[in-house]
Amino acid sequence: MATLSLDKLVKRFGELEVIHGVDLSIDSGEFVVFVGPSGCGKSTLLRMIAGLESVTDGEIVIDGDVVNAIPASQRGLAMVFQTYALYPHMTVWQNLAFGLENINMPKPEIAERVHKAATLLQIGELLERKPKQLSGGQRQRVAIGRAIVRQPKIFLFDEPLSNLDAELRVQMRVEIAALHKRLGNTMIYVTHDQVEAMTMADKIVVLRHGYIEQIGPPLALFNNPANRFVAGFIGSPRMNMVEGSVAAIAEDGVTVDLPQIGRITATVTADGLGVGAPITLGIRPQHIHVGAEAINTIQASVRMVEHLGADTYFYCDLPGDHAVTVHMAGQSRVTAGDTIPIALPAPDCHVFRTDAGEVALGRLG
Amino acid sequence: MADAALPVRRGVLGFLINARGARAGRLHWTDWFTYLYLGLGLIVMFGPVLWLVLSSFKTTGALEEFPPTFLPYGQAYAEVEGHADPLPLFTVTHEDGTQQVMAQIRRLGIVSQMVDPADPDAGWIRVPIDQRVPYREFHFAVENYTFLFDQFNFLRYFWNSVFITVVATLITLLFNAMAAYALAKYDFKGRMTIFIFIIATLMIPPTIVLVPTFLVVSEMGLLNNPWGVIWPAVATPTGVFLLRQYMLTIPDDLIDAARMDNASEWRIFWRIIMPLAAPALAVLAIFSIMWRWNEFLWPLIVLSRSETFTLQLALNSFQGDLLTQWNYLLAMTVLTLLPITLVFAFLQRFITTGIASAGVK
Repeated sequence: MATLSLDKLVKRFGELEVIHGVDLSIDSGEFVVFVGPSGCGKSTLLRMIAGLESVTDGEIVIDGDVVNAIPASQRGLAMVFQTYALYPHMTVWQNLAFGLENINMPKPEIAERVHKAATLLQIGELLERKPKQLSGGQRQRVAIGRAIVRQPKIFLFDEPLSNLDAELRVQMRVEIAALHKRLGNTMIYVTHDQVEAMTMADKIVVLRHGYIEQIGPPLALFNNPANRFVAGFIGSPRMNMVEGSVAAIAEDGVTVDLPQIGRITATVTADGLGVGAPITLGIRPQHIHVGAEAINTIQASVRMVEHLGADTYFYCDLPGDHAVTVHMAGQSRVTAGDTIPIALPAPDCHVFRTDAGEVALGRLG
Repeated sequence: MADAALPVRRGVLGFLINARGARAGRLHWTDWFTYLYLGLGLIVMFGPVLWLVLSSFKTTGALEEFPPTFLPYGQAYAEVEGHADPLPLFTVTHEDGTQQVMAQIRRLGIVSQMVDPADPDAGWIRVPIDQRVPYREFHFAVENYTFLFDQFNFLRYFWNSVFITVVATLITLLFNAMAAYALAKYDFKGRMTIFIFIIATLMIPPTIVLVPTFLVVSEMGLLNNPWGVIWPAVATPTGVFLLRQYMLTIPDDLIDAARMDNASEWRIFWRIIMPLAAPALAVLAIFSIMWRWNEFLWPLIVLSRSETFTLQLALNSFQGDLLTQWNYLLAMTVLTLLPITLVFAFLQRFITTGIASAGVK
């Protein structure tokens, strides 16, 4: 159990700055997920926290102590690697015990801890095997076990599930989440998979190009993305985006003009934008209604329909070479080539600036 | 489909006599070619060694025979009453055409004095030397070997060689592995420069540094001391290069994982890197053992007292300006070859298992 805070953390490799003054604080027992596209610096950030990368500038504080100068081995953290990084020449038992032998723990205590971890992770019968005799999921468990036996202050996970197949990934995701509940440790988890982030995190940190784009609970990020990048990154299928301009500003929202498509009203504040200012309108496929409504209704021609049984996805074209994805619960008789009316509910429309940062306009109410 | 009904040969013998045309009952021409090629290879590779071993069992006389024989046939000798030394036996063709095995007492010019070994009292007869041919029998001259142990300090030289080889190899493995690890896994300024410097020393022929190295060793008082042979040999650019290239393939994540596991840098090297580099270490060990065991020039310069000689130097001592004792030389060569052959046979197996286990992720 430990708290962690990053204070204006900077990392440079030679001339190249990859982390640009990151501030973050993580409470004890929190499950925090760093998410972002590849090359966003999330792994580098994790390795800096672990002590495997040096800190160029700024401070890493664990439980109130600055640990910049403390080597990885003495920070009391444990890490699970993407490649598992099990020692191939040691048995599972030796893999688990290695970290404890290094701190000269008495043998009986090592045995007790290894057995406890093995029971917890259901790898008891694998203890005498070598890593190469294990399946991907078993290796992953051993790697997690190696972290557990050390009883670390903070668990660090570096894309631990990306080498597993889809089914196993879902299963391990649930297990890791359950493990967090049971152990209650602070955990930091790095992934590029926003589904993992949404399902596991207490708090998601979205990173891009070495900057934090947004920090918040999963649903807050989904419902109120701070900018266009976060809006596009979180949620699947991606949020629909259409460029336009501000047409009118009223008490109850902003009306935007989408060329050749029509006018859409969104319940957002103007935040200083004037009429005519360029904006991007965003709406998630799940929020679009099929069928005409009083306002915000436009015509879309269906290019392709995906029938998933419980859900149906329409991939539609809008005038002006725009594409929009529409989700509908249940099944539909609409086929490709049809033109359907779709409604964009005003409270679910997001409007983003087009200047640097592409920040979202504030929401009303 | 018809092939499936035919019995498939299994086991070592089945593998050895496997042939392309085997199932058809006749050998394909490629089979003949393969056998020919392999047979020739066997003769070229193994022939000299076999000849060496067989020759080491020949007596001096048999060795000097011309044309040489392959098997250790030698002139037979017999104890004859009234003569202190055994006499050489010859097959004599009498004037009437009959042949008899007789012992030669002495030879005077073109005539030998021969006696019947079964009946020495009958007296000797004169036989022209063109009427007799040496009587030869199959004879293993084991005395070539026993001499080395009884009269010659073979075990002393053997120990010297073993000591130098083993100690130098151990130190070589340790030093080169440490250098290779630093060059492969630590990121420091000038890493590449240092590596290139080390590799560049390969371009300097050993004979060039012979004199400077000798001066250093001499100043350190290591002449006539096995350490004088060991120390200059332990740092080999080949070894550093070989181990570094192998260590580059060890994932960094393993080292990071060990660091997270509280392991000190030395412990990471010892418990993670060294076991994982075992296949490369085995290769270097074989090289080092062969280099040190077969090394001649440097020990010849450093070791001048006979009790410090290695086997190679002792072998050399059989070869004089006027007389070379070929029988002892050959016997000792065989004994010198034996350990390194065994080492190679053993470590080679270790290499294959090592690579097989490291090859799977």
